[in-house]
Amino acid sequence: MEHKNWHGFKAGVWQSAIDVRDFIQQNYRPYTGGANFLAGATERTAELMKKLQSLFTLERQYGGVLDIDTNTVSSLTAYAPGYLDKDKELIVGLQTNRPLKRGVNPFGGIRMARAACEAYGYKLGNAVEEGFCYRTTHNDGVFRAYTDEMRLARKCHVITGLPDGYGRGRIIGDYRRVALYGVDHLIEEKKKDKQALATRDFDVDVIRLDEELHRQISFLGFLKEMAAMYGYDISGPAANAREAIQWTYFAYLAAIKEQNGAANSLGRVSTFFDIYIERDLANGTLTESEAQELIDDFVMKLRMARHLRTPDYNELFGGDPMWITEAVGGMGEDGRTLVTKSSFRILNTLYTLGSSPEPNLTVLWSTELPEGFKKYCAKVSVDTDSIQYENDDLMRPRYGDDYAIACCVSAMRIGKQMQFFGARCNLAKLLLIAINGGYDTTSGMKIGPQMDVLAGDKLDFAAVMERYDIYLQWLSRLYVNTMNVIHYMHDKYAYEKTQMALHDTDVHRFMAFGVAGLSVVTDSLSAIKHASVSPIKDENGYIVDFKTVGDFPKFGNDDDRVDSIAKELTHKVITELRKTPTYRNAEHTLSVLTITSNVMYGKHTNNTPDGRKAGEPFAPGANPMHNREENGALASLNSVAKIDYDDCRDGVSNTFSITPAALGRTDAERVGNLVTILDGYFAKMAHHININVLSRETLMKAYEDPDAYPNLTIRVSGYAVNFNKLSREQQREVISRTFHESM
Amino acid sequence: MKGRIHSIQTLGTLDGPGVRFVVFVQGCNLRCGCCHNPDTWACEGGREMTAAELAETAARYRTYFGKDGGITVSGGEPLLQSDFVRALFEECHARGIHTCLDTSGSLLDGRVRALLAVTDRVLLDIKYPTDAQYRAFVGCGIEPPLAFLDELQAKGIPTTLRQVTIPSLNDTAQSVEMLNALAAAHSVVDGVELLPFRKICRVKYDNMGLEFPFDRYETPTAEQMAELQKKLKY
Repeated sequence: MEHKNWHGFKAGVWQSAIDVRDFIQQNYRPYTGGANFLAGATERTAELMKKLQSLFTLERQYGGVLDIDTNTVSSLTAYAPGYLDKDKELIVGLQTNRPLKRGVNPFGGIRMARAACEAYGYKLGNAVEEGFCYRTTHNDGVFRAYTDEMRLARKCHVITGLPDGYGRGRIIGDYRRVALYGVDHLIEEKKKDKQALATRDFDVDVIRLDEELHRQISFLGFLKEMAAMYGYDISGPAANAREAIQWTYFAYLAAIKEQNGAANSLGRVSTFFDIYIERDLANGTLTESEAQELIDDFVMKLRMARHLRTPDYNELFGGDPMWITEAVGGMGEDGRTLVTKSSFRILNTLYTLGSSPEPNLTVLWSTELPEGFKKYCAKVSVDTDSIQYENDDLMRPRYGDDYAIACCVSAMRIGKQMQFFGARCNLAKLLLIAINGGYDTTSGMKIGPQMDVLAGDKLDFAAVMERYDIYLQWLSRLYVNTMNVIHYMHDKYAYEKTQMALHDTDVHRFMAFGVAGLSVVTDSLSAIKHASVSPIKDENGYIVDFKTVGDFPKFGNDDDRVDSIAKELTHKVITELRKTPTYRNAEHTLSVLTITSNVMYGKHTNNTPDGRKAGEPFAPGANPMHNREENGALASLNSVAKIDYDDCRDGVSNTFSITPAALGRTDAERVGNLVTILDGYFAKMAHHININVLSRETLMKAYEDPDAYPNLTIRVSGYAVNFNKLSREQQREVISRTFHESM
Repeated sequence: MKGRIHSIQTLGTLDGPGVRFVVFVQGCNLRCGCCHNPDTWACEGGREMTAAELAETAARYRTYFGKDGGITVSGGEPLLQSDFVRALFEECHARGIHTCLDTSGSLLDGRVRALLAVTDRVLLDIKYPTDAQYRAFVGCGIEPPLAFLDELQAKGIPTTLRQVTIPSLNDTAQSVEMLNALAAAHSVVDGVELLPFRKICRVKYDNMGLEFPFDRYETPTAEQMAELQKKLKY
């Protein structure tokens, strides 16, 4: 295929098949210089941002939600076009007809939509209620099929945060395809795929796929219609940089109008955009300042994306996040860096527009990255605390060089792989259930295999592990089966039409399981093994507390005696999970990631043998428990780096906070030191790190006087938040974490 | 060869170039009034480790060192365990790790000279400009550190001079001029660092039931430090 809008692009396989990676490889220009070429915010950008900033302030004053359209069910063409400032915007498109106004999306569950409206003083409109009383939602379907045991596991919080009442998210459409090929060509290709099914035997899988293709094609039509409402014809390829960004954004916008999944990640667009920007710069139709304006405008749109959530949801995922994750940088399989000038431009938005948690800018770090880019990233971290890093040298061999990150740490090849999101199970709570023979002392419920409370005045390591294994086997099977129900129903009642239309028809599926409380259970097992732990029983004979005598090695000190427990445990969990087959033969994966739910998980977990008291928060993700690190920051990093990525292919999240003074005396020193720390950590084959360079005092001041710190951004666990949007409890937990200091 | 180790800080960015694995040894021959590590004074106690064991631990952090970083031995006073530190530095060199010594320079004998032979950089404290102040606030004269600096010059070991700035004691033109003069007279000196006196260590003194001798002195402001810094030529 040829198209006039492809003028000047180098030919390749991408013209005869849908292959964005090949287009990038043939046409991108690696950039190995520094940040000095970057332009600042123009007057236009500053004015628009000022307007947006005042809307953010208003939203905060309104208790977190500016407005809700309670009478319209969110979809691609459901709302009249909306603008921040129609005359000034370069990139257009809003989720509803007004900026920051939220739509309702009841496909995942009408109860959640209703409760969310009520939480903010609204009432879900009658038309929506009536429409959905004859309709099965994802949530209805799941609860029709859940077994008693699944409900119980959910209720006692040993498995929590399951996407059974809202969209599952974590699916990244290849939004770039719309810009490169135009919608008509994508429809043609999907029609060919559908016709090709006709030769196959029509079993359940083929029938389901056939219907899905029908729905994908129909939503590609709606996507075109939605763009037309804004005055754009996106049936053909984008002709220049502005169109490429606009087309890509329309595709993303369609996805978030249709779906309210927890994570709505963007993919890896900046180097793709760079090809168009470079062509326009060469043509003389664009200047550097105008290029930055386009990126600024696009990012402003992303910062305006919102979903309507309930307070319960916010307890799990604090700070109103969307996980609009954009993967930046990385290396190509041919050894050229994938860093372009637009990798710098998108990070530069943290200066032109100010620091911000969204989009979730994620640097794909390789020790081979150009020095200029490494230093710029480190500078952005030191200045803004807004970005995270993931190990490209670890992921590239497994996912190629055109993968992106869904949510916080979940890698997938763009447009070729997707995942079924599965929240997490509570490993610390499971330990307490196991030694109590199937009794949860927090909820008072009996769950799992029923047996005697573990006997003896002192907990014996071998006996505890034997017990734990039994319960781990039980939980793993239950967990997989629960996920199978959820994703069967999500496909049936809330299928992602737009996003899946932007995937290959034959897609590889992951089923992403997770664990919470890894460092708590690791230290608890270490205490049982290396110190003397005596159980304390209540009047009914259940173990409710522990007396731990003697010292024991703790996770976070680079001590193999305890770090090996964490490593072996994650291996054991994924091995157990793999024993139960998954829906649509998805590949089992595991993450060590908690978002902000570490607070909630801790709340529902009784005293643990490591000395943690009932109700106290867990450490986030794979972090060591705070203030148990005795040998400084790098020892803590080394401990986390020991967890094997091949056991945890859905990611291992580590959140790291260091005071500016501990990182170096001058800004130049801090930047240089952060670069070598990142190189060192990732050379250990660690997977992920959030970097915060700030002091506890700053957070304490912001806790006391939120208005003085309206834009304070901090990385929490795989994503960043505006500190003021966290609950008081979540704020206190963040303040209590380890801050690596100098003495 | 075993040494007595007070503690390890795996991420040090303030004691030597780049990212450093910092070992604080146990035991000190001086009693500086401004000392922020009184818990390292006693020559007994600490954790006993062999040089090889400690070098192997440091090597776990080699990937973080980049081209500038390495190991720094501080204290306490490393020169009190010069045989051990020499063995440690030899083990580090065998593993390709840059070695840095943070010292008061108050001892110099054959063993110390042997240690300097395997030392890549020295952070040398010049605490006060006068012998009288040294005798009043340190516990030795000014001669030993000056002789130590001459030895470093003779051996050609890159050196950073350091001074903790304590208002009314050494925040003076005289003190800055002395540092400038020492640096000018010793080509091995490639940097001079002024560190602001701080009192965050008071809690350590409280915990040990000791009086913090310099509690009565003010801490310098950022402006004062910047003023002094401007007068430094290095």
